Amino acid sequence: MKLLLENAHIEGIRYFEAYRKNGGYRSVEKALKMTPDEIVEEVKKSGLRGRGGAGFPTGLKWSFLAKPEGVPRHLVCNADESEPGTFKDRYLMEFLPHLLIEGLIVSSFALGSNATYIYIRGEYAWIPDILEQAIQEAKNNGFLGKNILGTGFDLEIYVHRGAGAYICGEETALIESLEGKRGNPRIKPPFPAVQGVWMRPTVVNNVETLATIVPIINMGGEAYGNIGVGKSTGTKLISACGNLNKPGVYEIPFDLSVEDFIYSDEWCGGIPNGKRLKACIPGGSSVPIVPANLLLKTAKGETRYMNYESLSDGGFQTGTMLGSGGFIVLDEDQCVVKHTMTLAHFYMHESCGQCSPCREGTGWMWRILKNIENGKGKMEDIDLLWDVQRRIEGNTICPLGDAAAWPVAAAIRHFRDEFEWHVLNPEEAQQRNYGIAHYADPREVPVA
Amino acid sequence: MANTDIQFSGEALEKVKEIIARYPEGKQKSALIPVLHLAQGTFGGWLDVPVMDYVASLLDIKPIEVYEVATFYTMFNTKPVGKYVFEVCKTGPCMINGSDDIIKYIEDKLGIKPGETTPDGLFTLKPAECLGACGYAPMMQLGKYYKEHLTREKVDEIIEQCRSGNMKID
Repeated sequence: MKLLLENAHIEGIRYFEAYRKNGGYRSVEKALKMTPDEIVEEVKKSGLRGRGGAGFPTGLKWSFLAKPEGVPRHLVCNADESEPGTFKDRYLMEFLPHLLIEGLIVSSFALGSNATYIYIRGEYAWIPDILEQAIQEAKNNGFLGKNILGTGFDLEIYVHRGAGAYICGEETALIESLEGKRGNPRIKPPFPAVQGVWMRPTVVNNVETLATIVPIINMGGEAYGNIGVGKSTGTKLISACGNLNKPGVYEIPFDLSVEDFIYSDEWCGGIPNGKRLKACIPGGSSVPIVPANLLLKTAKGETRYMNYESLSDGGFQTGTMLGSGGFIVLDEDQCVVKHTMTLAHFYMHESCGQCSPCREGTGWMWRILKNIENGKGKMEDIDLLWDVQRRIEGNTICPLGDAAAWPVAAAIRHFRDEFEWHVLNPEEAQQRNYGIAHYADPREVPVA
Repeated sequence: MANTDIQFSGEALEKVKEIIARYPEGKQKSALIPVLHLAQGTFGGWLDVPVMDYVASLLDIKPIEVYEVATFYTMFNTKPVGKYVFEVCKTGPCMINGSDDIIKYIEDKLGIKPGETTPDGLFTLKPAECLGACGYAPMMQLGKYYKEHLTREKVDEIIEQCRSGNMKID
């Protein structure tokens, strides 16, 4: 079942006419006849969890919004998609811009925002034109601007381009950036719901989250909540990449097994050139990497599914997370040390520099990994690396520290022998990769 | 600070006004990043100190507030760059799909190392962190657009198009 991408392949769906003809903007007509509180209630009933990565219940987040008399409130759409492996919001904005605008209108009405901002990563430089055209079309047709559909509700939506900073995906850094400052995360509390942009009550939600408000209003929160598995309700966009025959953006049902998602022709179509699966980072670069044998089945031997609960089954010891849905697949020819090194470099580059454990630790981790990868590592470096990541985790203002530490921790936890092999065989490690070893693709080799 | 060479056109100044109007009264500093994009595009692809000072005067903020921001965000160049900046992603998923080879190929072909510009001022190579095109790797950003599914042949074509002045970058 597709709730977001159902109409994605209709000719001209990027433009108002085709979008409207195919049922677009119905949720605005419906929602503007409801009270804001009723809309929040529907979102709560839907069980929708934030699609940016953290998975926090959206309705609950909305209910925290402070409403002091005479103080404007704002909705800010987080389109700063920068988590390696993640490119789903880009797809939504490029091909279904009106779905996002529609979701923003309903959500702004529910939250009482008369000026809503889309904070989009600066590198997506061609997308603001697409969004601004959709905004203009919506305005021309009475869905935006003054007195929308004669209800007295006024709304302007503005597109605000960032300039290249992963950290601005963190909501308080995003708010700082929107205020024209460096993207340094704020200490919480106060939370944005009380003091956000320009110290006004603010809700920051991800693109996919806000687009999902449309089907929730159209079908009703309860009906939406009945789709899915457990606390994973509705559907989820997954951006699949790495060693896959058919990488791309997919809308998946939560009862899809990881194995089917990777190998079925309906989805990613398996791994190119008959290679075997070695490892996967299923929820964006920050979530733990897991070896093939723990990806397709849990430690208890149960089938693993593409949903919040199943992917995190086993905790960080044997599980991982759904995160943002940035699904990165590594085949048997990939080097986990090198891959982890590129991620460590990413976090070093993206650390805002505010907290010492993250500012110093991310660079330290990269330098150790670079030494190991280049055959200059010592055995004790592996323990040092473990020690450094442990001292970053939980010791920073924002979650970037954790996000930098987890991939390194998981790589050592599951692939320690590959790190040791690099240290013990420095010359050979320059010539070839370690291979699949015991991480064994369980589809072909029995797990010891 | 009164560098008369640095001046937006009337049209660009209108755009600045329109950007400032998106934010609440007195919160014109919020326009800083969008206006810096405009300035970088107008004044040669990078932000020289007099340009930053000019932006500060337009937004009625202190120059240091502009320097802080310009040096924080990766997309702002605080040194001159070539006309065509090849920002090749090298993070995990692109690395898996051969970004190392693409970067090496560009280095050899243009005779420059990462961060350098060709003597004719045409090309700069600037390896980048994840640009959100992981499913279409390897890739690079070139001006406003992405060039995806890169191969050596595709890089050759891109360089040729740039040299012949047929590459759209804004």
